[in-house]
Amino acid sequence: MQLTDSREIAAAPDIVWAAILDPEVLKRSVPGCQEMTGTPEEGFEATVVQKVGPVKATFKGRVTLSAMNEPESLTLTGEGKGGAAGFAKGGADVRLEPTETGTRLHYEVEAKVGGKLAQLGSRVIDGFAKKMADQFFANFQEAVEGPADPEDAETVETAEGGEKKKGWFKRMVT
Amino acid sequence: MPKDHGIGASSKRREDVRFLTGAGNYTDDINVHGQAYVHFLRSDAAHGTISNLDTSEAARMPGVVRIFTGADFEGVGGLPCGWQVTDRHGEVMKEPAHPVLAQGKVRHVGEIIAAVVADTLEQARDAAEAIVVDIDELPAVVDMKAALEEGATRVHDDLADNLCYDWGFVEENKGAVEEAIANAAHVTTLELVNNRLVANPMEPRVAVGDFERGTGNSTLYTTSQNPHVIRLLMGAFVLGIPEHKLRVVAPDVGGGFGTKIFHYAEEAFCTFAAKALNRAVKWTSTRSEAFMSDAHGRDHVTRIELALDADNNFVAVRTETLANMGAYLSTFAPSVPTWLHGTLMAGNYKTPNIYVNVKAVFTNTVPVDAYRGAGRPEATFQLERVIDKAARELGVDPVELRRQNFITEFPYATPVAVEYDTGDYHATMDKMLELLDRDGFAARRKESEAKGKLRGLGINCFIEACGIAPSNLVGQLGARAGLYESATVRVNATGGLVVMTGSHSHGQGHETSFPQVISEMIGIPEDQVEIVHGDTANTPMGMGTYGSRSLAVGGSAMVRAAEKIINKTKKIAAHLLEAAEADIELKDGTFSVAGTDKSVAWGDVCLAAYVPHNYPLEDIEPGLEETAFYDPSNFTYPAGAYACEVEVDPETGHVSIERFISADDFGNVVNPMIVEGQVHGGIAQGIGQALLENCVYDENGQLVSASYMDYAMPRADDLPHMASYTVDHSCQTPCTHNPLGVKGCGEAGAIGSPPTVINAILDALHSGGHKVDHIDMPATPARVWAAINGQ
Repeated sequence: MQLTDSREIAAAPDIVWAAILDPEVLKRSVPGCQEMTGTPEEGFEATVVQKVGPVKATFKGRVTLSAMNEPESLTLTGEGKGGAAGFAKGGADVRLEPTETGTRLHYEVEAKVGGKLAQLGSRVIDGFAKKMADQFFANFQEAVEGPADPEDAETVETAEGGEKKKGWFKRMVT
Repeated sequence: MPKDHGIGASSKRREDVRFLTGAGNYTDDINVHGQAYVHFLRSDAAHGTISNLDTSEAARMPGVVRIFTGADFEGVGGLPCGWQVTDRHGEVMKEPAHPVLAQGKVRHVGEIIAAVVADTLEQARDAAEAIVVDIDELPAVVDMKAALEEGATRVHDDLADNLCYDWGFVEENKGAVEEAIANAAHVTTLELVNNRLVANPMEPRVAVGDFERGTGNSTLYTTSQNPHVIRLLMGAFVLGIPEHKLRVVAPDVGGGFGTKIFHYAEEAFCTFAAKALNRAVKWTSTRSEAFMSDAHGRDHVTRIELALDADNNFVAVRTETLANMGAYLSTFAPSVPTWLHGTLMAGNYKTPNIYVNVKAVFTNTVPVDAYRGAGRPEATFQLERVIDKAARELGVDPVELRRQNFITEFPYATPVAVEYDTGDYHATMDKMLELLDRDGFAARRKESEAKGKLRGLGINCFIEACGIAPSNLVGQLGARAGLYESATVRVNATGGLVVMTGSHSHGQGHETSFPQVISEMIGIPEDQVEIVHGDTANTPMGMGTYGSRSLAVGGSAMVRAAEKIINKTKKIAAHLLEAAEADIELKDGTFSVAGTDKSVAWGDVCLAAYVPHNYPLEDIEPGLEETAFYDPSNFTYPAGAYACEVEVDPETGHVSIERFISADDFGNVVNPMIVEGQVHGGIAQGIGQALLENCVYDENGQLVSASYMDYAMPRADDLPHMASYTVDHSCQTPCTHNPLGVKGCGEAGAIGSPPTVINAILDALHSGGHKVDHIDMPATPARVWAAINGQ
């Protein structure tokens, strides 16, 4: 499964770069992520609960960052084991391009599944992977910029108990 | 007036009463006091090295009895292969080790890495989740052509490459075949795929291993078509248990279709673990496990050439096939693409020059072995498809092209090493055409066209070699076992009779048809005869049921044993009647003296054998029990002609089977109703292969069609309505070499029908102006639509 897309983010490349390296941002961005610990140097440990077609499982795995060329490009690779559900592994080549309004984030994602996920979920896996990637980058964008919709912002901000307007990450670093 | 009992009667299947009322005794119904349950942790990688396997946390989980890994099986034998093929260079096939539990490496998705035995199945499953296993993945070998390329990743490091064998048959004929093709007036070439199938018997595999501490005896209850073969293979080659200390029971079995012939790791494990733990261990396969651990079927890629002279006589056939073996050699895997396939390439035709080349290939997939028809459907499909293509290219009638090339004189020695004893291919063709009403086809096509559908008619013939097999012949061909069959006939004191057969019934209806034969021979009611099968403790050594052999070989053994009984009872009757033995006649359960009114009933003679007060003790022993082993002198050769009419929706590519007609020659028929049922089922499976079923691996060796969401089994509405589904077996040329004159009917439908369906679809497409030469199976709507639209 391969997927190539890009997304405009209203923040400078160095802010986007820092966000990618932040385990808390990654935790909020990875759909279904329950836990994310670690550092960009050592890699991150993650626990993700997801349902692929008829298979629901808790995936435990590692995410490592490589080919880091600050603040222009890097590669994320991850592998999660879901016990009886099988495994999922994949990678994303990410490139940041400065634009007038912020940053154009380009990504090329490759994903592979094995075991029961492949046996039962193959029919839905491409759609699932696209949805996961879209959600990840949408969540990431939201974490950096703040929600597009003020009502969503309300909810998010209430939960976080902080001020509005900016994304919580941008707020922290600027 | 049809007979109401004995040979030729459609006696109702007595076993169906228990099957249909939930009173069957399947392996999963067997529970041994105190049994534990095993859950197998299987590889979800297609190929890789196990770099870390830590069971310590899992072993502490509640209810866990013990966790076994490959290390526990280091000193245990591997699963043996029962057939050795010698290739065209005189080399024996490559035969990699086939461990019960993975030894440091996994080679297909589903291979067993660890076995968790716990008090309950749920505990075993939970504990398996806590096992830490890391696999360093290696590139998966999936595509057969890529597997044979220079430098391809090897499935087995200790083998030079992924080629199991390169078989040529008959190698000496190769030059003559090349010459005939070079000089032919016309050569038709076709490349095709025989799609990989999963057998999917309704009952998944189950094994219960038991061990009796007091006697040291092991018992395995298992879903097998051949319990004696399992006892021999597992006892002698895997676990080192002598046969007298090992009992294998295969009780009611819910369908086999070949996939329950083979000796599997799970049953060896349960027997091993029961002894190690001194506690019974049970495994019941889930449907998901069945997809990735039952041996698969077919999976051939073939190129066939048919050469004809200027008068359309077949002058040569040459075929090259790649046959997928999967990651390991299953029990009879090497024989399927060779001796069960190459020997049938003459088909029903007198082609003088034939050469068959088969390269068997290891890949990172589940092992592939015999599935209903085993090799013969692959032979029939390519031959009948290429003949159909030739007829179209030459502009001749496909029926006439076949007829002019039929073998008409018997016995007929083919150029591919077998001798057909008898047959009448024009008769089955005539019968099929009569049932088809070929003249009415044009009108039926018009009706379909009025509805916007394309109607096609496909016809073809088939022949198979059944009743396997003559032991001396298969021994020369590489079989590591004999293929005789056995029966013990035990007559009880009150005249009732038990037949203990080495054949095994898992849907074939032996419990009904075997008594019909005995009833015919002795003249007692069928319900006086009980059939015992499936238990090595109370049946003579037999080779089991596959290859449409039960009646032809097992039934013949029963006839031989019953003949011994009849000879002995005649001696007893002669004594009781004070007459010469030569004058005694047995008819309708009564012995009489020819030309007199003196008689004695069957039951009185039997009683005399067990209460020998007035008995010729100086000449014969008391009791009435006889055993016979029967080894056939040749295969049997059932043959037939099939027709299918399809409607194709050109808008969607959907194919519907409108009519299906089979005219088979099975020789003599014991129970017509059972024969018709067997053919119906075989055709349903053949239609399944032609239109629906496909086992698919992705490029990483992941099995992506491993549930009924993605593996399409035929359903009632995929098959023709009963009224349009005619099976006929009235053409009967009795087999010349077995005492019943029977040939076997179990596989015919699955062998004959796939090319019929594809031929019909192509005929439909051509009628709509779509010049399509071939569509690979399964002919799904997407494939048919793509063919119509030139994609």
